[in-house]
Amino acid sequence: MDEFILIFRHQDGNKVASPEQIQVWMKQTMDWIGGIAAQNKFAGGNGLPFDEARVVHHNRVVTNGPFGEIKETIGGYIIVKADSVEEAVEFAKGCPVLQGEGNTVEVRRIAKSDGTNS
Amino acid sequence: MDHRELIPHLFRTEARKIAAVLSKLFGIGNIGLAEDITGDTFLAAFETWPYKGIPENPTAWLYTVAKNKARNYLKRHHLFINTIQKTIQSSVPTSEEPEIDLSEKNITDSQLQMLFAICHPCNTTEGQVGLALRILCGFGIEEIATAFLTNKETINKRLLRAKERLRAARVAIELPPDKEIPDRLDSVLTTLYLLFNEGYYSESRDSIIREELCLEAMRLTYLLLENSSTNLPAVNGLMSLMCFHTSRLPARKDKNGELVLYRDQDEALWNLDLISQGAFFLRAASQGDQISKYHLEAAIAFWHTQKDDTAEKWESILQLYNRLLQLEYSPIAALNRTFALAKARTKEEAIVEAEELNLTGNHFYFALLGELYTEIDDEKALRHFSTAFTLAKTQADKSTIQRKMEGLQKPP
Repeated sequence: MDEFILIFRHQDGNKVASPEQIQVWMKQTMDWIGGIAAQNKFAGGNGLPFDEARVVHHNRVVTNGPFGEIKETIGGYIIVKADSVEEAVEFAKGCPVLQGEGNTVEVRRIAKSDGTNS
Repeated sequence: MDHRELIPHLFRTEARKIAAVLSKLFGIGNIGLAEDITGDTFLAAFETWPYKGIPENPTAWLYTVAKNKARNYLKRHHLFINTIQKTIQSSVPTSEEPEIDLSEKNITDSQLQMLFAICHPCNTTEGQVGLALRILCGFGIEEIATAFLTNKETINKRLLRAKERLRAARVAIELPPDKEIPDRLDSVLTTLYLLFNEGYYSESRDSIIREELCLEAMRLTYLLLENSSTNLPAVNGLMSLMCFHTSRLPARKDKNGELVLYRDQDEALWNLDLISQGAFFLRAASQGDQISKYHLEAAIAFWHTQKDDTAEKWESILQLYNRLLQLEYSPIAALNRTFALAKARTKEEAIVEAEELNLTGNHFYFALLGELYTEIDDEKALRHFSTAFTLAKTQADKSTIQRKMEGLQKPP
């Protein structure tokens, strides 16, 4: 079984929704993750708060951001265990983030610690 | 009380104290010796008391005999002296005669130190649980065998291997330094948790032993709470969980000793003192920013002390299970989470998730499916219950499932 990271890209919820709405999203996210964990397929995850986000550029210039394309900012991730990328994609389809138009969940296989790809 | 009742009673309360103090004195390699001297001490009581009468202070008599036997042993057995002397010299450097301290304080300290030694990670979990029962709870081999539904021989072997492992690893009988305690505490809490569950969920029919397992687990957990170095949030969480569960012990059995399901329990039989103690320890557990599985399980158990089915109750239980499963997967948590999902949302939603659980060897899984399909598709429900019935191993489980099937087969 491999591990896949599901990366959520979406707008900063605090900018577009009420605290109550965010509460609802949080609960939906917890239910979604709980369902994956109940299958013993959850391996970890975190939310990435938008405040105090910084980008360090190649010339070591530091900017606030990365808020160029607001819908493409990484807002969080989870890591799941799956037999194939297709199974991981099925998990991703349930992610509440996808309720927002333009939001995405990127699915990537995590390299094994020995550096191999499979 | 005559000696036939008194000696077993004292064995229950005093043997573990003597065994802990002597183990500490002789060192980890000689736990067996400590057990033997403890056993011989009670044998002496059995041989003497019927003829000479019960001594005025039976406990003090036992302590004196244990001390003498330990001293004699040390004098006689030169073979051991070399290994044992090192331990003794470090603890009592000035005295020629080893000081055998059976004061209340040293008993408590020794028990706590032995708890950490027995639960050293070099030992297997079942070895830890077995030794804890033997040395710290004073259980006989037969009682341990009954509790684990196995025979004396298996338990004897298990204990021997566990002692051998501790000896090989030269585990020190001491409280670990403060900074190591959180790490070492993990396996201690696991052992206490298993000890408790063994009593609470055990399939053994001996209900006295089962209840004692629960109480012993609580007593040992309390040892940790009494010491400021080990009085940590997770320990309070575990204690809270144990209190909430124990509060329902009397309500879980009917007159014939059959298991009574939660929803059919008479709340009047729930122990309110234990429920409020559980709440007290849960509050104490909330200090600090770490959340252990014991916190989450205690919080779930708290909600189960509220009999009314409110939306808030099931939503909270669902969210707690969501978090618990992220910390640590277990089939039973997965099943309970899915049941909570049905209560907090809809049965249909829970069925979709239940089908994904992949627990087809587990009779509880089919019992859950039966429960979820009831009233949605009774025929399917019946089929799931009958699979559950086939898979169930204990009579108690079978008769619970049987009742469900009878309920479904009744004409409307």
